[in-house]
Amino acid sequence: MIEESNLTAKRIHEYLEHGNRFDKRDPEEYREIIIECGISKKSEGSAKVKIGKTEVWVGVKMEVAEPYPDSPDKGNLMVTAELTPLSHPKYEYGPPKFDAIELGRLVDRGIRESRYIDLNKLCITEGEKVWQVFVDVYSINDEGNLLDAAFIAAIAALKDTKVPFYDKKEEKIDYEKPSKEKLPLTENEPFNFSVYLIGDKFIMDPTQDEESASDGRLVLALTPTKPISICSMQKSGEFEISEVKFSEILDSVEKVHKTIFPRVQKLIKSSVKNGK
Amino acid sequence: MEEEINMEDGHREVVIPGETILSGSDFLPGDGTKREGNDIVAYRYGLADKNGKLIKIIPLSGVFIPRRGNVIIGRVADITFNGWLTDINSAISAFLPLSEVPRYIDKNNLSDFLDIGDFFNAKISNVKSKGVDLTLEGKGLGKLDGGIIIKINPNKVPRVIGKEGSMIKLIKDEANCKITVGQNGIVWIRGNNVEGELFAKKAINFVTERTFVTGLTEKVSKFLSEEKNGGKK
Repeated sequence: MIEESNLTAKRIHEYLEHGNRFDKRDPEEYREIIIECGISKKSEGSAKVKIGKTEVWVGVKMEVAEPYPDSPDKGNLMVTAELTPLSHPKYEYGPPKFDAIELGRLVDRGIRESRYIDLNKLCITEGEKVWQVFVDVYSINDEGNLLDAAFIAAIAALKDTKVPFYDKKEEKIDYEKPSKEKLPLTENEPFNFSVYLIGDKFIMDPTQDEESASDGRLVLALTPTKPISICSMQKSGEFEISEVKFSEILDSVEKVHKTIFPRVQKLIKSSVKNGK
Repeated sequence: MEEEINMEDGHREVVIPGETILSGSDFLPGDGTKREGNDIVAYRYGLADKNGKLIKIIPLSGVFIPRRGNVIIGRVADITFNGWLTDINSAISAFLPLSEVPRYIDKNNLSDFLDIGDFFNAKISNVKSKGVDLTLEGKGLGKLDGGIIIKINPNKVPRVIGKEGSMIKLIKDEANCKITVGQNGIVWIRGNNVEGELFAKKAINFVTERTFVTGLTEKVSKFLSEEKNGGKK
């Protein structure tokens, strides 16, 4: 890609040395977040999330299926992501590539390991029939930080989800019948932070330019238990983090979580209400 | 009969591919148009423009089509034994041969002059079916050092440059930056500080978002002075 320029990357490095970013944000500041739930009528739950110019749509579908042999009394969760060429020229059609698989798995891990969905309650008949939850992530525009946007959208879509009516005798799901039963969710609402490392500094919510200028990222999903705990973590990219740097990142993530998490929760709450 | 488009008094209308612009043998098809029987039909999306007998389309979107003589900004993608393979924001890649560089270069170390990922300013010397040839022979051509690179829609390059370079000169003076606009939609900005470069970037984006506004130069000049004052507060 011609727009991934080493000249611009160098300038981003230099500018960040003084704690400045191209769009005048603080290193830990997020862009404006817009959440809209219930964008799709045919899905059980859906959400559209914008962070700045980045836009992600998420849809949730539910189906009755056989449980996995290792969890006969639990529902199934499946997160898949599709990065469309519409969102950025670097993505192409065809089977999912590394980026798409990684994004899907990171969102999956954050939701699964935080035990946000009470999968035990999604069991219909133990060992035979359970609910299967599909979370599908679609990128509409990628202007950096697609992962955080996808994560917020997935949470919003899950909050918006209504479990469809299941007829046990007929063994059929009636998708058309209006349902008021919500998905069994717990208190452990996860929130994802992608921390991008540029030189010896780190930033959150990068733009596309900053993303391509970074050395790599550290992905953390937090649950709001007291004290805040980490439920998923991954480092991607070829770089090393010193112990001091790492605790610095953890402190900063904890600090930002205090302000952004209630803000996003409020946005989702008002959006889910409007959707009714 | 299909409706013709009113093109009197320099009026420009948006046309879509397949649309009949004018009928009759009085007119000649120009860029982005084709003659089909008696009609002149658009095959690009853009504004239909009549200049005397010639009908042409000013495209509103689309990719960069290399033409001989275009000055472009490219990026080195690969190095071969006798030159550089480069990416010029086009479907076809361009080749810069060693012989077209007017200075001494160690043949065994081509990367000393231009390494993979480096940006340079070059002229298109030839367009063949196989690819595009570049040359560095000419004033102001060569490697680009420092600064930032931004990408704009290649069809909006003429508006960013303005009439006889008026627009770009205005931005250069206000932002106190060196700016090179490649015909392929890649823009290089270099100033004394990052703030100046970002200011120029903002101004260029302001222009590309408002390409079809009349009296744009005055508006840009107003925008620039407002931004400058706003920044000081």
